[in-house]
Amino acid sequence: MYDTPNSTEASVSQTHIKIAARGVQVHYGEKHALKDVDVDILDKTVTAFIGPSGCGKSTFLRCLNRMNDTVSVARVSGEILLDGEDIYDKRVDPVQLRAKVGMVFQKPNPFPKSIYDNVAYGPRIHGLTKSKAELDEIVETSLKKAALWNEVKDRLQETGTGLSGGQQQRLCIARAVATAPEVLLMDEPCSALDPIATAQVEELIDELRSTFSVVIVTHSMQQAARVSQKTAFFHLGNLVEYDATQTIFTNPKDPRTESYITGRIG
Amino acid sequence: MTDISPTPAAMPRTHGLSGSLLTESPLMKSRNAAEARFRSYGIAAIVVALLTLAIMLFTILRDGTSAFFQATLSYPVLIDGAIVDKGGKADPAEMAKVTTISYARLLGDSLIKHLADKGIAVEGMTPKEVTDMISKDAPARLRDQVLADPSLVGKTINVNAFVGGRIDGYMKGRLTRESSANDSNVTPRQLDMADKMIEAGILRSKFNWSFVTAPDASDLRPEAAGLGVALIGTLYMMFLVLIFTLPIGVAASIYLEEFAPKNWFTDLIEVNISNLAAVPSIVFGILGLAIFINFAGLPASAPLVGALVITLMTLPTIIIATRASIRAVPPSIRDAALGVGASKMQTVFHHVLPLAMPGILTGTILGLASAIGETGPLLLIGMVAFVTNYPAGPLDGGFLDPASALPVQVYSWASRSDPAFIERSSGAIIVLLILLVIMNVSAILLRRRFERRW
Repeated sequence: MYDTPNSTEASVSQTHIKIAARGVQVHYGEKHALKDVDVDILDKTVTAFIGPSGCGKSTFLRCLNRMNDTVSVARVSGEILLDGEDIYDKRVDPVQLRAKVGMVFQKPNPFPKSIYDNVAYGPRIHGLTKSKAELDEIVETSLKKAALWNEVKDRLQETGTGLSGGQQQRLCIARAVATAPEVLLMDEPCSALDPIATAQVEELIDELRSTFSVVIVTHSMQQAARVSQKTAFFHLGNLVEYDATQTIFTNPKDPRTESYITGRIG
Repeated sequence: MTDISPTPAAMPRTHGLSGSLLTESPLMKSRNAAEARFRSYGIAAIVVALLTLAIMLFTILRDGTSAFFQATLSYPVLIDGAIVDKGGKADPAEMAKVTTISYARLLGDSLIKHLADKGIAVEGMTPKEVTDMISKDAPARLRDQVLADPSLVGKTINVNAFVGGRIDGYMKGRLTRESSANDSNVTPRQLDMADKMIEAGILRSKFNWSFVTAPDASDLRPEAAGLGVALIGTLYMMFLVLIFTLPIGVAASIYLEEFAPKNWFTDLIEVNISNLAAVPSIVFGILGLAIFINFAGLPASAPLVGALVITLMTLPTIIIATRASIRAVPPSIRDAALGVGASKMQTVFHHVLPLAMPGILTGTILGLASAIGETGPLLLIGMVAFVTNYPAGPLDGGFLDPASALPVQVYSWASRSDPAFIERSSGAIIVLLILLVIMNVSAILLRRRFERRW
């Protein structure tokens, strides 16, 4: 059904499978939060996870970079392959995995440090640079990618928490981008932002697609329709339907999907 | 859930507030009254607290300030080489053989001579009565002064010598002519003489630094007793307690909060820490006596032992405060750090700890501040001993020398018979309170300094 790709390959087509999940189950203590999820996430594509609250979409997202490891009661079973390598293998260090699979959270959470240090933190701890000039360069390109450079270039030493909500979220995106991840996970990145900031971040997501595989969890179906190429609909811990965004929103196969996108459940 | 909600018009209005907004409804009235009542309880509680504090401070200041002032005789003394340096070679070893008895005679004779020169006399007063007015402490201080500077020999210097505690008490109003009638330590003629000396400007009340710096003194000369040894003991102890508790407390808290698995064993540890924080301090004193002195063989009365006992006592408090401030760091910061691929340890040390720092420091300083007033355990490990020698410097093994501590000094002075010690006890409380205020202010300043917003 899918073959193991070579991760070092420079030019990958849009059909290249970046993450393959097979039979993923998640339990939070007694609660069965995610039931038997199979998904292929493509490279250079924006994949949106939609569904009502508590449906397991964020849970699944957090499985992809093993952030669920920090929740002591969470148990994950099944198989998630990143470029053909099982990320739940005993030999995999989640810390190393998270450098490859970056994450942006629901609430903007910049470190209470300077804007520069926020962006430079990832490259520093992963030893990506050898000199200050190289680091400066990474900070600048990351901030440019996050469309924040022009607003903050004169005040890089000011604290990141002093920025507006939308700027903070873009700073968080720049911070995630700076470690040069291969996949970028976004957990409702716009839910705390106003419409203008949301539009900026959405535009940004579309640009980021050229470099990464982007997975976004969202509550807004319009947003999913606007930014994504593939959409997965989750309901009560099940992956109900996964298809091209166009198909999901115009011609859903499952009645539950149709109910949700027409606003009758959720 | 799946139904379309009816429009407002279609929903019948079954309940809600009716009537004018300009009049208070009965329910509103009782709600407002409840709020007003609660406010007045709060204000009353604060007034009671402030009043208690004010009364306490007033009593302590009223009783204690006089301890910082001491009635002092100022008069010229000729340091007679024939008495203090018989060999005339200014050899310190030779001069050290002269005892305080000779110096007492020197001081006494000089006073009598000075009084005669000034023409001050009280009828029927014997020379011994005059010399007895000088504190028994004065000769020793003069001897120390001369031994420290042998060039004084042969010169006339102006000596400031304390008068005895009774005369001092007479000047401070502690002792009256009536109450001294049955007192064998003072005669009415000495009081007359004191009045005349005050008039002539020989006897004055002076600020007394030696109350803070001098070591303790016996019941015979309360005027010479000071806090020096107790102060050094307390400072040594607090220094050691800080060094012991901060690393252990912070390491334990970080481990328990961030790394330890949550199971029955860590639950047990948690319960035990809370229990230890509630154990009466005297129990820690017995523990210290058994372990550090009887078993480990450390010397009694030593600041090191006191510090170890207080460390055991303060650690639970510091661990609880530190864990609370670590827990108060928003989880989003941990997520952010883990999300960019920081390891657990990097997350804690780069992000969590700096943010928890103000809380940790305040908790630690407040823990120390409560430990500084701890008396019970120190009594048990022998720090209540009468110590007149300063402990050595910290690098010369001073932590093992016998010392006292401020709260213990307060206790031991308060239990002595001479009323002059009561004012000194209150004076010691003032010094203790000043130390506490300094610590608490520095806690606030550190908090401000390290505080960051997120």
